[in-house]
Amino acid sequence: MAQVLPAERDLRRVIGDGEGVPDGEVEGLSEDDLLELHRRLVQLRTYDERSLVYHRQGRIGTYAIFWNHEAMQAGSVYALEREDWIFPSYRESAIGLLRGMPASTVLSWWRGHPTGWWNPADWNVASICVPIGTHVPHAAGLAWGKKLRGESACAVAYFGDGATSEGAFHEGANFAAVMRAPLILFCNNNQWAISTPLEAQTAAETLADKAVGYGIPGVRVDGADVLAVYEATREAVTRARAGDGPTFIEAVTYRAAPHATADDPSAYIDPARVEEEKERECLGRYEAYLRRLGLLSDEAAEAVRAEALERMREGIAQAEAEPAPDPALLFSHALASPPASFDQDLAELRRVLGG
Amino acid sequence: MAELTLVEAINDAFHVELERDPDVMVMGEDVGRAGGVFRATAGLRDRFGPDRCVDTPLAEAGILGSAVGLCMAGWRPVCEMQYDAFSYPCLDQLITHVGRYRWRTGGAMEFPLVVRMPYGGGVRAPELHDDSPEAYYVHTPGVKVAIPSTPADAKGLLAAAIRDPDPVVVLEPKLHYRTLRGEVPEGEHVVPLGEARTVREGTDVTLVAYGAMVPLAEAAADALDDEVSTEVLDIRTLKPLDEAALLAAAAKTGRVVIIQEAPRTAGYGAELAAILAEKAMLDLRAPVVRVTGYDVPYPYWQIEDAYMPSVERVVDAARRLLEF
Ligand SMILES: Cc1ncc(C[n+]2csc(CCOP(=O)(O)OP(=O)(O)O)c2C)c(N)n1
Ligand SMILES: [Mg+2]
Repeated sequence: MAQVLPAERDLRRVIGDGEGVPDGEVEGLSEDDLLELHRRLVQLRTYDERSLVYHRQGRIGTYAIFWNHEAMQAGSVYALEREDWIFPSYRESAIGLLRGMPASTVLSWWRGHPTGWWNPADWNVASICVPIGTHVPHAAGLAWGKKLRGESACAVAYFGDGATSEGAFHEGANFAAVMRAPLILFCNNNQWAISTPLEAQTAAETLADKAVGYGIPGVRVDGADVLAVYEATREAVTRARAGDGPTFIEAVTYRAAPHATADDPSAYIDPARVEEEKERECLGRYEAYLRRLGLLSDEAAEAVRAEALERMREGIAQAEAEPAPDPALLFSHALASPPASFDQDLAELRRVLGG
Repeated sequence: MAELTLVEAINDAFHVELERDPDVMVMGEDVGRAGGVFRATAGLRDRFGPDRCVDTPLAEAGILGSAVGLCMAGWRPVCEMQYDAFSYPCLDQLITHVGRYRWRTGGAMEFPLVVRMPYGGGVRAPELHDDSPEAYYVHTPGVKVAIPSTPADAKGLLAAAIRDPDPVVVLEPKLHYRTLRGEVPEGEHVVPLGEARTVREGTDVTLVAYGAMVPLAEAAADALDDEVSTEVLDIRTLKPLDEAALLAAAAKTGRVVIIQEAPRTAGYGAELAAILAEKAMLDLRAPVVRVTGYDVPYPYWQIEDAYMPSVERVVDAARRLLEF
């Protein structure tokens, strides 16, 4: 058994502040990599900002905003191979875009349309998980199963600070640790679970401390620092592939937007604090970093944004072009061999709807 | 009387009951600072303090399990499950302990806790915000289950649940939280558990429903108005069931349509139908029929209207009975 050290409590950072705190760099990342990370951040940011607009226009339904969560998603996925599996929560709904999934698929999910359902094996991206923490054991099982088959793939489970209170999180983390499954437990600590602040969620000093109880390493990174997230995930992936089991990554950020479109945080979050956090949001910080390195011009930034916007325009057009789903779809897919009662139910439904 | 929405009536019940009994406390996810995601617990934390309206960690099994211990310490906890489908982690505690503990103590100890949750579909929500899980709860021995369909009943049944010495699960039709308004008695108002409500009297066909299906049954009765006289019965308390009211409503017309939003197989409607088969055979002029959700996962929302029982399906079922 490898010795497990107390969890790291210091936040790992790479990006400086342009003033007193110097910029670092991540070994092994080329300029192309740095620009590709930027492109991905912009893709996610654009998806999120457009989705909010589409929601207000009534073109998608209730939507879980992930503004200022993009660095956690883009940074961690960049450390994965295509064979590795992603287990998203609703907060990472558009993470499949980083694997080439069409924007229309994710938009359709939020439009309550069946074209928003995908085959996880097409993208190695599991279905969006809505019940908090319940996908953590799935990710543990996938990682364990790959290991049993002698394959090198690992898995990442994304969940929030609130999710660490759920039994399913604990059971999944423990399983992965005991089976030494190649799993990365990626905690998006945005410090709120709807209206419940972190201090009402846990008495632990940090969430990474929880790793100690499972006998696995726990690290903390600045979740708005895409490079720090990338580096920490890369380290965890290396451990996982080497057969050393799971790592818990606590990425600390701040939910600078409502929980979802249906939520009004003014009742429980200090708006001044939100404004302060918006100042250090992840995309702006990364762009400033790239500019300090002389890697990003206004023109290049504009081109990246235009490309992302185009992807969204295409996506929403495609999603809206889908015809309304036929009622027959109610009975499709739940079972490989549907019972005869489904045919009877559908026939009766059609008869009643028809006249 | 005050004119309140259904969710305002629930909030009113809380204010009255927490004031009346200092042992009553409210606990759940986001019930305190935010006053609940539907605002059912608004104002309680400010008025009664953070120990009597508690924002718990995000853990439904923890909420209900600790409520069992709180009962042992003399409290009367009212637990909120944020949504129907998010209550499932609490089923372990419900089945293995909540429904058995009193029995296990030879009746020596009481567990006067309440579990309440918004339930049901039709609200255009993402997956797992639409379930009708009443059968899981009804099927658990040792717990009572109530489902209001009006603002006044929402207040009165919750008050009864809070005062009851046994565990009570209250499911609230979220579709009608804000769309249904009605007269609600001010101050203390209790609707006893175990009493059904005759919504309208009729002689030709009886529609039996509960929760969100009651307004639907009324709309179907309106649609049938020119043809027949329709009786509508609101079950209100699924367990203990007001069997006498069910049998009387069935005997009056001899034709019964049971409406249930949940999937059909082994749903609560099957229990009602079984009771009618056992005890009302000679009063029936036609088979008992059910209009229900289907035996499939609750669908994505663009297709949910086809899943939900509709006025058309209820009218069609009533006509089939009349032509039988
Ligand atoms: C089992 C379960 N309980 C409750 C909910 C309702 N709910 C949705 S999001 C949320 C808060 C989650 O907070 P956190 O885990 O910190 O993730 P975040 O939303 O902040 O990304 C809650 C309580 C749910 N989806 N699933
Ligand atoms: Mg959170």
